[in-house]
Amino acid sequence: MRAAFERRRHLLDFAVRSLARRPTRNLGLILVYGLVVFLVGSVMLWGSAVRREASAILAGGPEITAQAMVMGRHDLTVDADVALLKGLRGVRRVEPRLWGYLWDSAGAANYTLMVPSTAATDLAVAKGEAIVGEGVARARRLAPGKMLFLVSPSGRFLKTRVKAVLPAESALVSADLVLVEESDFRAFFELPDGVWTDVALTVANPSEVGTISGKAALKLPHHRFVTRADMSRSAEALFSWREGLTLALLAGALVAFAILAFDRASGLSAEERREIGILKAIGWETGDVIASKLFEGALISLTAFLLGVLAAWVHVFLFSAGLFEPVLKGWATLYPRFPLSPRIDALEIATLGMLTVVPFMAAILVPVWRTASADPDAVMR
Amino acid sequence: MIFHPPILALIGASLLSAVVLAGAALFAVRLLRHWDPASGAERQIGLERTTTLVSTVVAFVLVLEAASLVLFAFNADRMAPLFVGAMCAVGSLQASPWGFPALWAKIAVFFAAFVWLAVDRLDGRTRDYALTRTKYVGLLALAPLVFAEGGIELAYFLDLKADTITSCCGKLFGESRPNFGGDLASLDPKLALGLLAAGVAAAVVAGLPAAGSRIAAVALGVLSLAVFGLALAAIVAAIGPYVYEMPHHHCPFCILKREYGHVGFALYLPLFLATGAGLSAGTLALVAGNRAEMVAARRGLSRIAIAGHLVFALAAATLVATSGLKL
Repeated sequence: MRAAFERRRHLLDFAVRSLARRPTRNLGLILVYGLVVFLVGSVMLWGSAVRREASAILAGGPEITAQAMVMGRHDLTVDADVALLKGLRGVRRVEPRLWGYLWDSAGAANYTLMVPSTAATDLAVAKGEAIVGEGVARARRLAPGKMLFLVSPSGRFLKTRVKAVLPAESALVSADLVLVEESDFRAFFELPDGVWTDVALTVANPSEVGTISGKAALKLPHHRFVTRADMSRSAEALFSWREGLTLALLAGALVAFAILAFDRASGLSAEERREIGILKAIGWETGDVIASKLFEGALISLTAFLLGVLAAWVHVFLFSAGLFEPVLKGWATLYPRFPLSPRIDALEIATLGMLTVVPFMAAILVPVWRTASADPDAVMR
Repeated sequence: MIFHPPILALIGASLLSAVVLAGAALFAVRLLRHWDPASGAERQIGLERTTTLVSTVVAFVLVLEAASLVLFAFNADRMAPLFVGAMCAVGSLQASPWGFPALWAKIAVFFAAFVWLAVDRLDGRTRDYALTRTKYVGLLALAPLVFAEGGIELAYFLDLKADTITSCCGKLFGESRPNFGGDLASLDPKLALGLLAAGVAAAVVAGLPAAGSRIAAVALGVLSLAVFGLALAAIVAAIGPYVYEMPHHHCPFCILKREYGHVGFALYLPLFLATGAGLSAGTLALVAGNRAEMVAARRGLSRIAIAGHLVFALAAATLVATSGLKL
């Protein structure tokens, strides 16, 4: 056992020294390899960080959202429907909500106008006041105390004073948000009293969400009920798909890299061939040469993998994945600037290793064997 | 669902394994037809050279298969939020009829690969290629298993749809369910633990003389497989509920989760290692003789099997003893 360990240790020593003898060649390979790991790793780290962010945000939302439907399109909910929902057993709170979209030609962006929840006392606004999201403040150069003017599609004018700007931490959901008072909202969009955009239901027992949603659907068949789990599943599936699709597009780069690795492992210099010939002439077996060369490959892989993962981590968590942002995140004028919480888990590392290290090691196996099994006499001549 | 990064990695690994084993199987047919260690002909020398390559690449893909078993189980757990009703790996695996067959196929490939690698390693140590023929007959049996496993895994991933309604581990391993999982869950915990203890003791006793006695080594192989089954039954019937401290939670996957400190690894790693080593020792006893290097290989493997079984038993006993639940 000890002898076998010592043998491996010496082979590893030899591999390290062999790598050090050809620094430029190996450094070049490590850089290209590291770049491949960086590209694939950035996509994966970004995807999982956004999925985590989405599930953290949804965790604070209502368990069920009810929306009235007419001919398969979203319609307004009326007070009578809200009253019916309030009668459901197991529902802790029923809150009708008012929100809508506004195309702002001045800022060339879409805003979400909303009446803040009565439960959120810190977001309460008086008539003529507004609280704006970080993206709106950025686009319109707003600060607390400044005036915000909005024009409705029918030409109605809303003049508000900015009470506060929402903190950047919540930007992922609030970048394009403008919170206004209910009567301002109704007057601006010319909405009569007693109608609402949708209804948020808070359920006391999370395991009853499915049952309550089913019962509510029986009471209000012209409403659709979207549960938080549905939304969470959609976000998870959407970002996983985007991440996977980008990875599939990067498959070309992986194949090209495997070909490069194969080519480099095949094209040994005369000096390397002589070295292997001498090793075999002094008693090394084919298996030893293969082991030593595979150790070299493993060391290159380890170095490039660590460098690539580190670079991907910096790229995603310090620079918000600037290179892939438009592809993965989607695009909008007021797209939030949000920092992602840095975290890496074992599944991601294992997947990344399988996608990058495995093709490299697989590509060098045959050339390594071909070199190692050559006759010492033939290679030294 | 196919565009899920771990799924892409798993499919890539299976594809690579299938391609390598297809090539290796073709070589195996050629070798079995023309292999003659006594000959000094060019063809024989070529075959001998190529066996080194085949050993290396097959070892590589078989290690990859072992890694993909772990990734598969972890990924099944991580995909649970995508399916209605799923809460852990069981839900994801139940989301398609190919889910559990894919897992079982992966486990079968893992053990078959373990045994093949043990034979290959021993063959590399013998100077006269004593086990080369046997090894390549084994490769011809292993290749279809790997193809089937890759096919079932692909069928599973292609069949996965995000809107599938599945059921969680509480359903599959519910005590009153009329299925195999329900039968395991309703086993008397004391009986399950007792059988497991007896199985481990028998495997250890068989393992002690396994280096010198081929019959003991074969017994170790059979008993290791039996302990594997008993251990899975005991995890569902007793060890799981002790870890969760809930008498009706029997899931064999949830113990791998962060919520339970990943304690499942302390059980499954030594169990898989012990079963693989035990099966390999038994197989070597059947296919190899009593030469010094063969005895040494059996000794090494039986030691690993004994140590694995003891570590598993110790981990299980600790979990049961330190649990707040009394069954």
